[in-house]
Amino acid sequence: MNPLELADARPGPAFTVTFDGRELVALPGQTVAAALWAAGVTSWRTTRGEGRPRGVFCGIGVCFDCLVTVNGRPNQRACLVPVEPGDAIRTQEGTGHDD
Amino acid sequence: MTDTSRRERSPRLAVIGAGPAGLAAALAAARHGLRVTLIDAAPEAGGQFYRQPAAGLGARRPQALHHRRRSWERLRAGLDRQITAGLVTHLRDHHVWCVTGAQRSGFTVHALLGPEQEQPVEVRADAVLLATGGYEKVLPFPGWTLPGVVTAGGAQAMLKGGLVLPGRTAVVAGTGPLLLPVATGLAAAGARVAALVESADPRAVVRRSPALAAQPHKLAEGARYAARLLRHGVRTLVHHAVVEAHGDQRLEAVTVAALDATGRVGPGTRRRIGCDTLAVGHGMLPHTDLAEALGCRLDGAAVHVDDEQRTDVPGVWAAGEATGIGGAELALAEGHIAGRSAAVRLSGREPDPRGWAGAARIRAGLRRFAAAMDDAYAPPAHWAEQVTDDTVVCRCEEVTGGTVRRAVTELGAGDVRTVKLLTRAGMGWCQGRMCGPAVAGLAGCPETAARRPFARPVPLGVLARAGTTEDEQ
Repeated sequence: MNPLELADARPGPAFTVTFDGRELVALPGQTVAAALWAAGVTSWRTTRGEGRPRGVFCGIGVCFDCLVTVNGRPNQRACLVPVEPGDAIRTQEGTGHDD
Repeated sequence: MTDTSRRERSPRLAVIGAGPAGLAAALAAARHGLRVTLIDAAPEAGGQFYRQPAAGLGARRPQALHHRRRSWERLRAGLDRQITAGLVTHLRDHHVWCVTGAQRSGFTVHALLGPEQEQPVEVRADAVLLATGGYEKVLPFPGWTLPGVVTAGGAQAMLKGGLVLPGRTAVVAGTGPLLLPVATGLAAAGARVAALVESADPRAVVRRSPALAAQPHKLAEGARYAARLLRHGVRTLVHHAVVEAHGDQRLEAVTVAALDATGRVGPGTRRRIGCDTLAVGHGMLPHTDLAEALGCRLDGAAVHVDDEQRTDVPGVWAAGEATGIGGAELALAEGHIAGRSAAVRLSGREPDPRGWAGAARIRAGLRRFAAAMDDAYAPPAHWAEQVTDDTVVCRCEEVTGGTVRRAVTELGAGDVRTVKLLTRAGMGWCQGRMCGPAVAGLAGCPETAARRPFARPVPLGVLARAGTTEDEQ
């Protein structure tokens, strides 16, 4: 059993995005965070101070731990932003403004 | 006078939040003649409780992960009817950051559009109803910042909305009634739930049994979840806590320990459980930022309301978790009363509470139930002993337990605000929402209202232009 089977999901056509240059398959309707989780990725930010990995924590847009760079824009909350075909998602290092 | 012109002259209520409280309020107000603007941050109505799989995922059996499907369908149908009738306008993807104004001059709701939250929108209304809901409280422990550690509600939101799991083997831990549906949801969706770790002492639940037994349907709901856990073979450890999460780049295991009668970790009871996911929560907190900025009085952590769900600021009502954590059913009753009160009062009449006596009875019973649950489910009394000096407490600013303690013992901080100024704990992106209770607990100071001027980060350009942007109905 997986969640898609449980809900009998028949999503629209899957599409490709990239995460740090690697191609991933995403489904319409998913957030960036959901697409990354589905691909087995759980961290996409390193902290400003200690450079520690972070990913989803609160999942509802309150904690800002899941910040990520999407199409060159840093500080996007992965748990809120819908994933779009062709998105270039990058691990956000620190403030995301040093790349 | 035509219907249209009558409608344009009737007062407008802005309902902020489209969860159970906001939906019930919007429908009650519209049925009693108000024009309602329902403003919500999500792409679809429902809030956290009625969260649906994203439309693009084409779920044909959304009820598999859904709570109270029938009450949701009733609300959804009612909303559609009122939108078609032109009485309710539903503004989606509107992230409200502030409400300004007063009853005499009218109110302005300031929001940012869409997930990027840069484009500003202002919505005008004669009155405001705050149904802003709540968020989860998590107390820190070593390793809680590792990827794979998520809030219990976060795991549930990602599962219900995105139909995804963060890993294969999960531990669900903390305290409170939310842990049961989270554990059963994860198990039903195919995760192996290695343990449900609840820190409350079952004897505390039994002691409050009269207040709990007065709501037999709620107890039956708990029993159904317990039966599902058994069916999925989930082991439940009561009066236990997760005391550490292990891993380097991501979660690999947790250490759980038994609690003694005083709530301390019992010696020699630690054991390790392998897992790649920890869903953890220690209860809920009300979202009160918008109410605080309007000057509404708080009772403890929640917005103070009277029997009609009015705050102490004229023209501002509040309902649901914002006025005290109590669950979706209580939020529906409070929203209904708030919406009716607003409708009658905005038409210049005095409401007759007998009109909502049924909802008031439900509200009274569920508030007693919520108070008993709140007593029964408490984090371990000595949780702070598990927070080592190198444990990160403020996740945003990476402030450790040791730094917070030194602010008190060496620098003489005597209140949360001083701790924040000395350490930066609570000054990051989340504005202390995640670390507030922990910082207060570690510093040994009472938790005080955060008094955030805005409910979310606002681009400086938007702030500079506030009050000059185009209106939206």
